[in-house]
Amino acid sequence: MTNQMTPPPTLGCRQSPVLKQRGQREVFCGLTGIIWLHRKIQDAFFLVVGSRTCAHLLQSAAGVMIFAEPRFGTAILEESDLAGLNDAHAELDRTVSELLARRPDIRQLFLVGSCPSEVIKLDLSRAAERLTQEYAPKVRVLEYSGSGIETTFTQGEDACLASMVPVLPETQERELVVVGALPDVVEDQMMGLLNDLGIGPIRVLPARNIDGALGIGPNMVFALTQPFLGDTHAALERRGARHIPAPFPFGEEGTTAWLAAIAKEFGVSADLFETVTEAPRRRARQAIAQAAEPLNAKSIFFFPDSQLEIPLARFLTRECGMTPVEVGSPYIHDALHGPDLDLLPSGPQISEGQDVDLQLDRCRKARPDLTVCGLGLANPLEAEGLSTKWAIELVFTPVHFYEQAGDLASLFARPLRRKSILGVAAE
Amino acid sequence: MKLTVWTYEGPPHVGAMRVATGMKGLHYVLHAPQGDTYADLLFTMIERRDHRPPVTYTTFQARDLGSDTAGLFKTACQDAYDRFKPEAIVVGASCTAELIQDDPGGLAETMGLDIPVIPLELPSYQRKENFGADETFFQIVRHLAKPMEKTKRVTCNLLGPTALGFRHRDDIQEITNLLYELGVEVNVTAPMNATPSDIAKMGQAHFNVLLYPETGEQAARYCERIFDQPYTKVVPIGTGATHEFIAEIRELTGSTAALDTDRLRQTWWSRSVDSTYLTGKRVFIFGDGTHVKTAARIARDEMGFEVAGLGCYNREYARDIRKLAKDYGLDALITDDYLEVERAIEALQPEMILGTQMERHIGKRLGIPCAVISAPVHVQDFPARYSPQMGFEGANVIFDTWIHPLVMGLEEHLLHMFREDFEFHDAAGPSHHGGHAPKPLGPAADEAGSMPAEAAPASPPTDVVTWLAEAEKELKKIPFFVRGKARRNTETFAAQKGLSEISLDTLYEAKAHYAR
Repeated sequence: MTNQMTPPPTLGCRQSPVLKQRGQREVFCGLTGIIWLHRKIQDAFFLVVGSRTCAHLLQSAAGVMIFAEPRFGTAILEESDLAGLNDAHAELDRTVSELLARRPDIRQLFLVGSCPSEVIKLDLSRAAERLTQEYAPKVRVLEYSGSGIETTFTQGEDACLASMVPVLPETQERELVVVGALPDVVEDQMMGLLNDLGIGPIRVLPARNIDGALGIGPNMVFALTQPFLGDTHAALERRGARHIPAPFPFGEEGTTAWLAAIAKEFGVSADLFETVTEAPRRRARQAIAQAAEPLNAKSIFFFPDSQLEIPLARFLTRECGMTPVEVGSPYIHDALHGPDLDLLPSGPQISEGQDVDLQLDRCRKARPDLTVCGLGLANPLEAEGLSTKWAIELVFTPVHFYEQAGDLASLFARPLRRKSILGVAAE
Repeated sequence: MKLTVWTYEGPPHVGAMRVATGMKGLHYVLHAPQGDTYADLLFTMIERRDHRPPVTYTTFQARDLGSDTAGLFKTACQDAYDRFKPEAIVVGASCTAELIQDDPGGLAETMGLDIPVIPLELPSYQRKENFGADETFFQIVRHLAKPMEKTKRVTCNLLGPTALGFRHRDDIQEITNLLYELGVEVNVTAPMNATPSDIAKMGQAHFNVLLYPETGEQAARYCERIFDQPYTKVVPIGTGATHEFIAEIRELTGSTAALDTDRLRQTWWSRSVDSTYLTGKRVFIFGDGTHVKTAARIARDEMGFEVAGLGCYNREYARDIRKLAKDYGLDALITDDYLEVERAIEALQPEMILGTQMERHIGKRLGIPCAVISAPVHVQDFPARYSPQMGFEGANVIFDTWIHPLVMGLEEHLLHMFREDFEFHDAAGPSHHGGHAPKPLGPAADEAGSMPAEAAPASPPTDVVTWLAEAEKELKKIPFFVRGKARRNTETFAAQKGLSEISLDTLYEAKAHYAR
C-alpha cells in the first residue's frame, strides 16, 4: 500500500477566527477571467459593455496584446449612451450585429456587465433575451457581471459558469459534472483518471464549445476543480444537482482526496482506486520532493487574490513543509473551502477581504520568506527584500492534479531559488 | 458605443496616475471601484518601479452604492493623508465614480486638510490618457506654481516627462546635459521626479523646454501667459531636429557656447556605404503625433527611406499630422482603431513599420519588420541601458533601433542571389535574429492562436487576376521581405493593363515598370 494519508491535524483552521478588515482592496475585477475563458470556450465571444478602463484592464491583464484579434472586445460607452438607456440598448444591438457579421464563427455570445453598465442600470439580461431571440438558433446570447463592484478576479469565471446553468437542458441521467475551466492538457489527464476508475459518462462545465453542452437534473452530481465557484455551486444545487465536497485537487494529497470523494460516490472499489492512482501518486510525491526542497521550513504570507489561497496553503503546509503566517482570501465559503480548512493545521491568521495598507504592515512585520501577492505589489515588496510569487501565475499555469504537483511546488520554489542564485540573500 | 479590441490609450485617470507616479511627495486619491487597482501593475510591472504608485483607491462596492460612497471617499482621503503625509493631494474620479457624482473635489475641500488639494475633472467618457496627463499636470501647475523672481543665471524648466512614458527617463538626462553645454541650467523638471515644492518654484525659470507636447502643452501655455516664459516648439528627436532645437535655445538665451558633436555618429553611419541598402525602403509610420512627426523627418531626410504612409492615434494632433502627411504627398490615417491600422498596413505592404507595440504585433503577423517609436509601451520599452530618443545620442539610438529589425546590407544581396538556398529561405529571416524569424504569410502565420477565420490576414484581392503556376513559383523565389510588395505591384500592374492572368512575363514587366 502506498496510500497512507497524512492524518488530518487534530485542530484545523475551519473554526479559526477570521480577520475581516475593510479598506482598499488591491485586486482585479471579474472581467479578468475573460482572458482564460475565451481560450477555453472556443466558439464564444465575450463582449464587455463598459468603459475605456475595462478595455485597458483586459489588455493590461492579458500581458498586453498576446492575440492578434482575440475573441473578446469592449463596447465602450460614450457620452451619448449615458443620456438615454433606450438609445444604449439600440446601440448595443447595432454593436452586436456588427460583431456577429464580422465573426460568423461565433456560436455563443456573452454580454459582460461592468461597473459603469451596472451603475447606469443597463439591463443586460433583457438585452440577452432580445438578442437570443434575434440570433437563435445560430447564436446563444447570455449575460453575466464581471464588474469590480460585484466581483473579484476569479469570481468572473464563477459568474460566467453560473450564467450557463439555467439554460442547460433538464435530464434524469445520473452523471458526473466536473466544474471549472482547466487547461486542456490537465482536463485530459483528469478524464483519463476518472475513466480508469470506471466513472462515466463525465460532463465538463464549461464545455469547449456549445455542442458539448450537458444536461442537468436531480440525479446529477458535481465536483468543483476550482475553489472560486460559489455562485455556480448554488446555481447547480438549484437545478437539483448534488455537490461532492472534497479538498481541491492540488498536490498529491489534494488530488487523491478529490478523486477518493468521487470514487466513494460512484462505489469504486479500494483495490481499483489503488491500482489506478498508485503510479501517478508515486510520481507526484517524487516530483514534489525534488521541487519543494527550497520550501521546507520556510514561512509564507498570502494576500487575497484568487480564492486559491486556502487550498494552496494546505498543499504548501502539508506537502512542502512550509509554515503559513497569514492566509488571506477575498471570500471564504465554508461549503467549498471547509474540507481544505479542516486539513490546514491551526496557527496561521485566516483573513477575508482586505485593507491593503494594514495588511502590508502585517506582512512587513512578519517578514515571511515568501509572499504571494498581485502584480501591483510584487516589485515594491521585492525592493524591500521580500521574495514574492505573483498570484496571477497560479491561475494561468497548469497546476491541478498529479502530474502538475511538482510544477506547482516549483512555482513557489523558483523565487527562492532565484534569490539564492543571485546571492541577494547574502546582501 | 464603440467596439474596441485593443486601445492605444487608457482612460484619463491613468494619465493622471502617470503624472502622480512620476512625481514625488504627491498623492492621488481616486474614487474608483476595486478593479481599477489593476493600473498599479502598469507601473510596477511594465516600468519595473520599486514602489507602489502613490494612489489610494476608494474601492467602493455595489453594497456601498446605496449607502455612503461619499463617506468612503473622505475616509480614504484622510487615511492617505495620515499614512503618506504628502505635500499635496490630487483628487478625482474614475469612469464609474464619475457616474455616481460624489464630487471628490468638493468633498476633499470640506475636510480642511492643511495641504493643497487639487481637484481633477477628467471626463472619462469623452477623453483619454494623454488628455488626462496633460490636464492633471496643468492643474497641478496652476494650483502650486507662484510668480517668482527669475534666477540670476539663465535657467529653464523641462516640461512633459511622466511615469510610463516612452524613454522619458533617458531623454531628460540627454537634454539636461545638452542644455548644460549650452550654458543653460535646468530649474525644474516636471512632472517626472518633481515634488510639489519644486512645482512651486517653476516661475523662477526664464523659459520652458516642452519635451512632450502630449503631456505638457497646457502647462507650457499657462506658464507662458502667467510667468512670461516662452516655450520651445521643436522636439529634439533626430539630428536635424536637435540642431534646430539648439538654434532655438541660442535664440532664446543668446548662448554662443560651442558644442561638441563628436558623439553624433548617426550622420556618418547613415552615409557609410553599408547603409546604401536603406535607400528608398518603404516605411509606414504610426504612433502619437509628436513621435510620428519626428520619425517622418528622420525616416525621409536622415535614413533615406520612403514614407509610404503615416498617421497617429491621438485626435488632438489630427490637424498637425494631416498637414505633415500633405508634405509627404500622403493622406494621414487618424484613428484609434487598431484593426483599421492593420488594414492600412496590409494594403500598403511596407518594407518596415515604425510604430507602437500594437504595430509590432501587426508586423509579426504580416511578416513585416517593425521598430517601436512611440507609446503605448511594453516592458521591453524600458531597457536597462541608457537609450534616449532625444538629442545626439537619441539620433544614434534611433539609427541602431530602426535598422535592427531589417535584413542587413550584404545579407540582403545574398538572399536575392541565392533564392533557393537551404539556409536563406523565408523562414530563416535576418541572421542576427536567432529563432525569431518572421513567419511567411498565410495560415501558418497564425501562431498567435486567434481563430484563423478572422485573424488570418486576408490575402490581397487575387480574385480579379489569376497567377499562372510559373509566375507563382517565381514569386516564391523573391525574398519574403519584398514579396508582398512584388505581389501587390504586379497585380496593380496587371489590373492597369487589363490582364486577367499573370504570367512570368507579366511579373518581370511589372518589375521593370516599378524599377527605381
